[in-house]
Parts: sequence; C-alpha cells; structure tokens
Amino acid sequence: MANIAPPLPPLDVTRAPEGGEVGPVQSGWRLAAREFVRNKLAVVGLAILAFFVLFCFGGPLVYHGNLLNTNLLGVNLAPGPGHPMGTDNLGFDVLAELMKGGQASLEVGFLAAAIGIVIGALYGAVAGLLGGIADAVLMRIVDVFLSVPILFVVLIVAVRYGASVLSLSLIIGAFTWLVPARLVRGEVLTLRVRDFVSAARAAGSGRWRLINRHLIPNALSVIIVNVTFNVADAILLVATLGFLGFGLHYPTFDWGDMLSNGIGYLQAGYWWQIYPAGVSIILVVMACNLIGDALRDSLDVRLRKR
Amino acid sequence: MTAYLLRRLGTSIVIVVGISIFIFAMLHAIFPSPAITVLGARANTVLINAYNREHGFDKPVLVQYLHYMNGLVHGNLGYSYKLNQSVAQLFQERWARSAYLSGSALVLAILIAVPLGIYQAVKRNTLGDNAATTVAFVLYAMPDFFLYLIAIALFALAFPIFSYEASQSTSVPTVMLDWHAMTLPIVCLTLLNVAGYSRYMRSSAMDSLAQDYIKAARAKGLPERLVLLRHLLRNACLPMATLIGLSIPALLAGNVIAEYVFNYQGLGLLFINSLNNEDYPVLLAYTLVGAVLTVAGNLMADIALTVADPRIRLS
Repeated sequence: MANIAPPLPPLDVTRAPEGGEVGPVQSGWRLAAREFVRNKLAVVGLAILAFFVLFCFGGPLVYHGNLLNTNLLGVNLAPGPGHPMGTDNLGFDVLAELMKGGQASLEVGFLAAAIGIVIGALYGAVAGLLGGIADAVLMRIVDVFLSVPILFVVLIVAVRYGASVLSLSLIIGAFTWLVPARLVRGEVLTLRVRDFVSAARAAGSGRWRLINRHLIPNALSVIIVNVTFNVADAILLVATLGFLGFGLHYPTFDWGDMLSNGIGYLQAGYWWQIYPAGVSIILVVMACNLIGDALRDSLDVRLRKR
Repeated sequence: MTAYLLRRLGTSIVIVVGISIFIFAMLHAIFPSPAITVLGARANTVLINAYNREHGFDKPVLVQYLHYMNGLVHGNLGYSYKLNQSVAQLFQERWARSAYLSGSALVLAILIAVPLGIYQAVKRNTLGDNAATTVAFVLYAMPDFFLYLIAIALFALAFPIFSYEASQSTSVPTVMLDWHAMTLPIVCLTLLNVAGYSRYMRSSAMDSLAQDYIKAARAKGLPERLVLLRHLLRNACLPMATLIGLSIPALLAGNVIAEYVFNYQGLGLLFINSLNNEDYPVLLAYTLVGAVLTVAGNLMADIALTVADPRIRLS
C-alpha cells in the first residue's frame, strides 16, 4: 500500500502514517545525521566544541599574549586593559595561556581517544571473530586490565614517561581501549553470524579483510559513540595529572597545570587564575558528553522515535 | 547457584593473579631496583651491583615476582626505603582514615541517589527532574579537584564555615567528630558519587515503573507511597549493587585527589607522596591492593545480586 500513499515531506514526523515513515530511501548515516541535528543539546555541544577548537588553535593567530618573558612588575594582575583575563604569578597572560593550555588538553584528549579506540576496535573484533578459547583468553585479559585502577597506573607511568603530548596520549590510550574492546566484541559476536559475513567468507575474504571491510564498518556506530566519551575521559584524566603535578612538562602545559598553579592564590582571591581554566574543562567535557549522548540516540535505530 | 558462585570465584582468583603479574612487571620495568634511591644519586656501579646482589634485585623477574608474592601471602607488603617503615605498617596507620572518607561518602551517596533517582523517574521531565539531571551532568563533567577548589573558595575562604584542610588527627574517632574539617571533603566526594549514580538509578527506576508488578500493585489499590516503597524500591536498587561494586576504583581514585587537595593523611596522599619520592614498594603494594579491592567489589556485587534477585538465583 505504500506505493499509493501520497509522498510526505520526509521531515514531518507528526503526519507520518502509522506503519512508519514513507519517503525516499535514505542512507542510514544521513538519517542519523538528521536525527542528530534535530537534537538541540547535541548542536549546542558541537558548537561549544567547535568554539574551543577555534579559540585554542585559531586564537593565538590573532591574540598575542606574553607567554615567554617573566614580568615581575606585572604579576597577578586582575583582568584589565592589555590583559583581558589578567596575568599569572610569572606575569604571563592568562588568556594566551588558556589558548595554549587548551591546545594540549584537546590534543591529548583526541589523540588518546583515537589510540584507545583503534587498539580496542581491533582487539575486540579479533576476539569476537576468533571465538572459543582465544576469545575467552583475550577477554580475561581485558578483565584483568579493567580491574586495575587506571588513575594509579597512569600516574605511575606518567611520572617516568609522560612529559609530552604524544607520550601522554600513548599512555592514556594504552589504558582506555578496554571498554571499546568489550563493546566491539559484543557487536562482532552478533555480526559474525549474519549472512553478509558468511557471503564475504564464501567469496574468499581473509580474516583481516573481514575485520577491516565488514565487521568494523558495521560496528562503527558503537565505536563513534565511544570515542566521544573517551575524549571526555581523557581530557579529565590529563587535567587531573596536570593538577597533581605529573602531567606535561613546561613549555607544554594544559588546563590542569594552570589550575594547579592557581590553587596557591585561592586565598588571595585571584579568581582569574582558576575559574577560566576550570570552566573551560567543564564546558569541553560536557560538550563531548552531550555529543556522545546524542550520537548514541541517533545511531541506535531502536532508540529512534520512529 | 553454588556452581555459578564457585566459577565466579575461580575467575576472580585468575584475574587477581593476572593483575599481580601485570602490576609487578610494569613497576619492575619502570623501577628495576631501589639501589639508587637507597644509596644516593652518586653511588657507583660496584656499590649498586653489590646492593642488588644482596637484596636479590639481580635475580630473574620471575623469581623476584614469586618472592614478592610469597611475602604478600604472609602479610609482608614490602618495605618503604624512603620512609624506613614496612608498607604494611604504613597502610595500617592510614587505611582507617581513607576508609572513613570513602565509606561515609559512599553511604551518603547511596542514601541520596536512590530516593533522588526514584523521584526523578516518578516526576519524569518536570522541573525538578530536569534540574537534578542538569546538576548531575555538570558535576559529571567536572574534574574532581575543581569541585574541591570551588567548595574551598566558597565555604572555607569566602564564608569561613568549614576548614580548608581535612582533620590532621591520627585518631579516627577524633577525625570522625571533627565535622568542621571533614564536612567539605565528605560532602564533595558524596556529590561526585551521586552524580555518577543518579543517572543509572533514574533509568533503572524508570524501567521498573513500566513493569507489570507495578501496574498490579496500583490496580489492587495500594497507595502510591507503598507502591514505591514496597515494590519499586527493592527492584530499582538491583543495578545499584553492580554499580557500587564497579565504582570501587573510582572511589579509590577519588580518594587520591580529595586527600591531596584537603591534605588528609590517608592512603591516597601516601600514594601521591610515594610518587614524588619514587618510593616504588608503596606504589606497587597500593596499586595491588586497589586492584584486589576492585575484583572483590565486583565479586561481592555479583554475589549480592544473586542473593537479591530470584531471577538470577533460580536460573
């Protein structure tokens, strides 16, 4: 009966017939994108994230604050002309610091999440595909790692090796692949018995091709959702490391380092050395979580309203 | 059920052994020997080699691991070279203070999160629900230490109601009675836990609300209060058991940061100090203890669920 129903504008939900939407066939990704854009909070999250990327990486091109020369005559200045966000205890410009610190926070966040997700997706896909004893052993290894309090391990390793953005990302990535591995394995377990996988097998696909071309692309929605949460967690973890004093080494620093520096002036009331960095962390992490929630809702067909 | 629990216990033991191998190997790779720490930075190779030979640090890693594990089984957690004290003794002095901080925060968080989650599920999408969700969402995105800083700035400096430092007493009863110093750390840690739990509690309560037994309870004319109290509460609490078991690593990590910010002499602060001192026997022992607690937490959560949920118990 679908053929004789009048064509409906695809965006109008309220007028959709009982049996579901009738409209031109659209790809799953486009449907998901539409669902995502309709979620106002998701758009807000995306806007916040875009703003901070622009602010941190584009900002230094237009705004040149002093980050090199200690200026003892201009320490701990309150926000005012010349220093829109004041200066810190060395006379460095807080606004410029906020941009540079944000670069490191965002870089580590995204890089660590990417590393973790690549390891986790491959590991989970291999475990799910192999099945049997190999799967059991591989997943027990995940269980072992999941039982190690990650902050402790990352702190211990970071003290020795975590001086740069790359090394810190590697360390965090090396301990955050566990949840994605579990999720992807679960997804692969349901995918591997599907017909298209059997067809690919029958056509002579090797294991690597199967994983690469068939399983991971189909598990992609799970992976993408997890990336956003991993970015948020990594940014929080880096900030914590920086705050405790075991993060990046100067001249690279992140928002956590700035907070660690500012805590000494809490009693003096130099709020501009604490709140801008703290609020930036919260906003970015919140944006990632908002995007993640919205992606999960829009990519999971079961959660979609229709 | 017994077979299931035995199998579950078996996997837990395997995981604990795996964890001990991993943590020992990792710390051994980072700090192969405390020789330099003990002898000083200017010790020469002959002295270092002699020290390593004398204390068994030249033996193969496997032998060292077995030796360490043997000590562990007999209650010897190692020896802190920096503090010149056995690790077991250090832990004994401090664990109760950490347990008090985590324990009270955990209990308070459960007492708040469970009713809050049920309230949010019943009053879904009202102003109260949305407000609670928003607050939890912001807290969830907040680095632990930033919440502590705000709390100190507000309630210890701007309005000096509480102390900015946790109690420094070594006697646990004194610490417990010192509300002036302990309120901020406990309340902050509680808030962070509530932010983590209430989300799950809300969705769990919402799932339970849609079940037939709730309809049946309402249909037989039970007042709403009793429906919630007798029928919903117990069922909605089931996921909390798992959640609490899973949140033990977060609790321990939360302790590290809270104890650092509030200068509270517990295990977390000991960990941070040991990191600064490169006092690796303490780091090794504490990471191991944390991991064992995590496994034990998960195991206990599973056992609790098995006991509480007849659907699992009878299958």
